[in-house]
Order: sequence, then structure tokens, then C-alpha cells
Amino acid sequence: MLKINNLQARIEEKEILKGINLDIKPGEIHAIMGPNGSGKSTLASVLAGREDYEVTGGSVEFMGKDLLELSPEDRAKEGLFLAFQYPVEIPGVSTTNFIKSAVNEKRKYLGLEPLDAAQFLRNMKEKMKLVEIDQSLLSRSLNEGFSGGEKKRNEIFQMAMLEPKLAILDETDSGLDIDALRIVANGVNQLRNKDNAFLVVTHYQRLLDYIVPDFVHVLYKGRIVRSGTKELAKELEVKGYDFIKAEVDQELA
Amino acid sequence: MMDSTNILKEAFDKQNDAGGNLAAYQQENWNMFSGLGLPAIKHEEWKYTRIRNVFSDKLIINNDSHLSQDALDTLILKGTENANRIVFLNGRFLEALSTTTDSTEAICIKPLETAAGDEDADFVNINLGHSQRYHGDGINALNAAFAHGGVYIRVNKGAILNNPIIIYHVSDSSQGLRFSQPRILVNIQEAAQVEIIETYINMGGGENLTNEVAEISAEKDAILHYVKLQNEGEKTNHAGTTHIRQTGKCLTHAVTITLSGAMVRNNLNMVMEAEHGESHMYGLYLLNGNTLADNHTIVDNAMPHCFSNELYKGIMDDASTGVFNGKIFVRKDAQKTNAYQSNKNILVGDNASANTKPQLEILADDVKCSHGCTIGKLDEDALFYLRARGISAENAKSMLLHAFAIDILAQIKNEQIRAYAEQLVGERLSFDI
Repeated sequence: MLKINNLQARIEEKEILKGINLDIKPGEIHAIMGPNGSGKSTLASVLAGREDYEVTGGSVEFMGKDLLELSPEDRAKEGLFLAFQYPVEIPGVSTTNFIKSAVNEKRKYLGLEPLDAAQFLRNMKEKMKLVEIDQSLLSRSLNEGFSGGEKKRNEIFQMAMLEPKLAILDETDSGLDIDALRIVANGVNQLRNKDNAFLVVTHYQRLLDYIVPDFVHVLYKGRIVRSGTKELAKELEVKGYDFIKAEVDQELA
Repeated sequence: MMDSTNILKEAFDKQNDAGGNLAAYQQENWNMFSGLGLPAIKHEEWKYTRIRNVFSDKLIINNDSHLSQDALDTLILKGTENANRIVFLNGRFLEALSTTTDSTEAICIKPLETAAGDEDADFVNINLGHSQRYHGDGINALNAAFAHGGVYIRVNKGAILNNPIIIYHVSDSSQGLRFSQPRILVNIQEAAQVEIIETYINMGGGENLTNEVAEISAEKDAILHYVKLQNEGEKTNHAGTTHIRQTGKCLTHAVTITLSGAMVRNNLNMVMEAEHGESHMYGLYLLNGNTLADNHTIVDNAMPHCFSNELYKGIMDDASTGVFNGKIFVRKDAQKTNAYQSNKNILVGDNASANTKPQLEILADDVKCSHGCTIGKLDEDALFYLRARGISAENAKSMLLHAFAIDILAQIKNEQIRAYAEQLVGERLSFDI
């Protein structure tokens, strides 16, 4: 589904990704962990198409297409979803209208008829239950005045509505209390199926107690330096990142 | 190019030879105008709006236009058939096509010339020209020199109008650069409630120039909702003053929407002469092409405990220019004043510009005043967020601009007018799904 080959990217003059390789197949959950500043969020942003970053080398193939050639909106319509670490507040745009536009633009792109009001509403009600989000929140302006937890739940709700093939969760757990974390994780687990995949970016192992990954990768200094199963995450939890940093720095030296 | 001096002089002599109740007032103002002349760009208040350049020897001032009932009917805003309707043609009140739908106990609409000689003469004497205390320039004096074609509106004590008053300014530009000078004087008596909407129509497709003065006085416990809606097209030049005076504790609310024009200057004054007055001023200028829209506002707090809130927003595309100048005066006695002002601008066009200048003069020492202004591009993070959900760059841009503009339109109290304004803005910032 997603094949990242030797991906390199920078922002302004600073090299951040220095050759990422990653292969994600349908039905898999991959976790990317790593210390602060290792490039985790950059990877998520580059995949979603944020223009602040310049890709300087490598390739990314998504569903057989050259992802890097697509605009952010076309990536989304092809089935890529980024749950933002910091969802943007947009006053004046109602959450419901926004999601409706997004859903129908995607349907149009896929050659499907737009959902009528009743279908959309039915769909929305069902997905609202999944992330325990309240109707009143959705009639408000997008993310405006939402608490941190509400914003993250709204991201998962949007994900549920858009039914992506690959969802990238960029530190969705940061700033969430344990109850909100459970709700978010529960949403992800219910949406999981054999045809879609998740890339969970996180600093902490805690989230992975709830969203159990098939593979765990450690990103450090712009490279994936270790890959393993969920046991690797457990090990990191106990030992911290310092032991990996020390090992890698020694290898590089 | 010749200037307009001879044309204006000829027109003035012709009308003042006819005499009338306003002849002395007009003569006085003509003399004042002759001394002051038209504001040049070195005049600080007029440095962006070069109105003098429009006053050429091409100005058309005559009574040769005709507006039929049928033609008017096509111009009436949808859903406002029941409104009290005031029609100006080329700056002159056209009584024959104006209609009053509220009862005569509630409202009186008549020529200003008449009001200056009947039971309303005292009000006219006191209030006509009150705006000159704030705008002592030649433009205002020039309008006053031609005041006799104006309208007088009285909303009687305690009257709550069932219907809004909609003022249609029709200008016939088919003969060339039509010059119109509408004059409006409104007397809102104690505890009366009224909505006044002004809208402008350029009939004929040529250039026009309007120099308008509307003076409104509201007594205690009155409520005024005022809307000025400008969408006359790119050949329109406009200099207008709306002067709202609170003589008692009351609520006055104004929304100014500018969607097109060559050169548009709006002065809006809120003069708060009584304690506990409340005023609101909202504005939206959504510009493209080479349009210049210049909004000058004044809030004058003379007495304690007044509240004013002001929010103006601008979107400038292409090579358009938005200007905002917001003055707030807080006089020595006006303790406990609360005055808020904000001006936000988004530049969309590469050659667009915005000029914003808050001017606060505070002489009292126990007040809350705030002001803020921003000029920027569309928020890149917001654009990316929308695009990352599959919304095209173009639609995302329109959505954000629409969202930016919509809260000003939401301030329009009259549903039909709000819907109409939303439709106009929606067409300009269209996004299709």
C-alpha cells in the first residue's frame, strides 16, 4: 500500500529526513516512535504534502501511484489521511459543512454521486457514536474553542467519515487524558480492517497498549534505526530512548 | 482636463434663484465650499481617496432622467415588497415613486424642503449640517449647498415600525458621468425602533459620482439598525457620510458593506451625547479589480458609561486597495467608556494593498479602550488543513474567505437584506462541491 524508499526531506536548509525506508501493507498497524526532534512529525507532514518541506531524494509509492507528485487534496482523495498533531481552528466554517464538503469532494473524485442530506446525516450519527462526539460540537466552527481532547476526537471522527486506506496519526495521544485516549484508540480499533492500514506516530508507548501495532520502528536523527514488534515498544518504555541513542551514535561514530 | 467649477456654479445658481426654505442654508454652504474647494490629497483625511480627480468638466447635473414605476419594480430587492420605500433619482428625492407602508401615526416621509418650513423646522434647524462639526471639508459643504432635493424622515415617539425603510439611490449614467448629491435627515423620536437600509443602483452602465450626506438623530430609548450596501459596479465613485447622533441613551447599529466601485469613501460617525449609550459599527469590504474603498469612522464619546464596538473586515483581490481609519474620541467627562475597535484585512491579490490607521484620543482617565488591526495573507495552516481533507486549494481559499466575511453579514438584522448580502458575497466567493 505504502512504499517509502530512501526518503529525504528538509525544511529551509535543515536536513530532517535522511533516508527513510518503510513498507506498509493493507491490514497492518505500524508505529513510529522516537525522541523529540527525530523527524517523526516531519515524516507525517511530508506524506500528507505540506509544502513547507522540500523532498530532496527518494520516492513514495501509495496505492501504486507516485505520492509525491500528488497535491495534498489528491492524496486525501486517494485515501491518505493525516490526523493532525495540532488541529487548526477555523472560525466561521462549521464542522458539519466542512466534513460534508470533504466527503463529497472525495466521492466526486472517485466518480461517486454526492451523499444526500439524509444519507450524510445517517452516516454522521453512526460515526459520532464511535468517537463519543456530541452533535453540539459539530455544529460549531471547526475546532474553534475545542479542548485538546475534543480536537483529537474530531480528527478521529473525520477519519471515520472519510474512511481512508491509510491513516497517519501524528502524536494523537499528546495532551490526551487516559479516558480520551481510550475513546480515540477504541475508534481506531473499530475502524481497523483487513483493507486499511495505520501509521501511528507517538513519543510514548502508552498509546500502543490500546492500539496494538504489528510493527514498531524507532526514528532517530532522520533514519529508522530499529524495527521490531510491539516488544520493542515495551523495551523502550523500560529503558528509555537513551540506550538506542547511545548504540546508534556509536555505530555512526 | 477642465475642472468642474463652472458646472457646479451654474447648477447652484439655477437652483438657488428659485428660493425656498433652504436657500439661505445652501448659500452659506456654497460660500463655504467656494472657500474650501475640493479636498486635495495633501488633506490628511483624503490622502488615499483622490476624489478631486473625479470632479471634471464631464460632470452631468440635470433633471433629464426618467424612472418609471415598471423600471423601479425591477430594481426592488427580493422579499422587500412591503418595505417603506424611498427613491432618489440622481440625488433627488422622488416622492412620486416612494411609498410608505407603515401607518402615518408611526412615520412621516416628506421633502426636506417642506420639513424646513413646517412643524419640523426646529428639528431641521438644529440637526441639518450637524455632521459638519466632524467633516468641515468642501465635500460636505458642496452637498449642503444642494440640500433642497433631500428627504426628511420622522419616526414618531414610541413607534416600532413593522417594515424597514429602504432607500434606493438610482443614478442614471446613460448620458455620462452622472453627479448625484442625495441628502437625508432622519428624526428618530423617543423609544422608536427602525431599520434603515441604503442601497445604490447605477442605471445606464456609465460612470457616476455620488456625494451623499445622511444625518440621523436618535432620541432616548430609540433603536436604529442601519445598513449601507454598495454594489454598484466598477464605474461608480462615491463619497458618503452617515452621521448618527445619539441625543439620549439609545442603541444604534450600523453595517457597511462595499462590494464594488471605482472609488468609494464612506464616513460613519457615532456621536454619543448621552450616558449609557450603545453603538455598533460593522463593515465588510470585499474588493477586486482596481477598486479603492476607504472607510473612515468616528466614535465620539462625550458622556460617561457609553459602550461602542467596531469591527471592519477587508478582503482585497487583484490590485484593489482597502483603507480603514477609525477614530475614537473619549472626552474628559466620558469616564467609564468602553470602546472596542478592530480592523482585519486579508490580501489575496499580488497587487492588492491595505492601509489601516486607528486613532484614539482619550482625555478621560478611567476608560476601557482597545484597538487592533491586522493585514495578512490567508492562513497557510488552515489552507493546508482543509486541503489535507481533500478540499481543493481553490475551494479551501473560498471557504476561508467566506468564513472570514460571514460574521459581518450576520450582523445585518433584516433577514431579506442579510440573505441578499449573503447571496452577493456567496457569488463572489463561490465554492462548488
